[in-house]
Amino acid sequence: MLRCRELTELITDYLEGRLPMGQRIRFHLHLGMCRHCRAYLRQMKLTIRTLGALPVETIPPAVLDELLRRFRGWKTA
Amino acid sequence: MEKNKGRTGAPSGDLALVRKILEGDESAFASLVERYHGRLVRLALVYVRDQADAEEVVQETWLGVLRGLKEFEGRSTLRTWIFRILTNQAKTRGVRDGRMTPFSALGESDATDDPAVDPSRFTSKGMWADPPRPWNDDTPEKILLREEAVGVLNRAIAGLPPNQQAVVTLRDAEGLSSEEVCNVLDISETNQRVLLHRARSKLRRFMEEFLKGR
Repeated sequence: MLRCRELTELITDYLEGRLPMGQRIRFHLHLGMCRHCRAYLRQMKLTIRTLGALPVETIPPAVLDELLRRFRGWKTA
Repeated sequence: MEKNKGRTGAPSGDLALVRKILEGDESAFASLVERYHGRLVRLALVYVRDQADAEEVVQETWLGVLRGLKEFEGRSTLRTWIFRILTNQAKTRGVRDGRMTPFSALGESDATDDPAVDPSRFTSKGMWADPPRPWNDDTPEKILLREEAVGVLNRAIAGLPPNQQAVVTLRDAEGLSSEEVCNVLDISETNQRVLLHRARSKLRRFMEEFLKGR
């Protein structure tokens, strides 16, 4: 029987689709019976999505200008 | 919606953009730079610790992109290809400056091998004793709107061992497939997954702490 602690260690394999079928079935069965592990899975998924939503800095205009200058030089070379 | 050429090949949009840039289309190059510059700086900071150094690495990367662009065949996506140029630049730079050991030396097995969750939170039978408490925020947007959330999360990522930081940045922050991550970082699928597991587990713990009582 899959225990909660094991689930927390298998969770990445699960999310990456790398659990062998037998383990995946046990994983799902456990989730169906364990609201704490369901909560853990939700938190893990939300963590991943939040990482994906982190803002990225926009390029400073001076840096862009410099790169375009280089580009003009490059294309005429 | 771009159609994919092959499973990991470049979308036709990539090849069209490359063609335009090779023909000298300045706005095409500008759009490429605008799309990726900040992401490249973020990735460079895994390898070099200084913002100024990271900017230099990225400048060098763009020059490398221009130099190599006519060789781009679309076997990978343009994004993966550019990230690879960056990691090569950054690694050379990091090693040369003596600021870090080669990425591969940081290795397959970290000494710091924490379990995903503090063992004291489970019973001796391995079931939850101190289970996860619901988070009030249930979307990334709500979380990131919290004061300091972005800074705190970025610092948490920066605090990871570099190999974990690289994997989680590429896989989760940038959204590359695991195959693309392995391609960019030259690591095996298994190694990538182990590093990703450790990074994600730490970051979930981090978020849990951050969201406590908020």
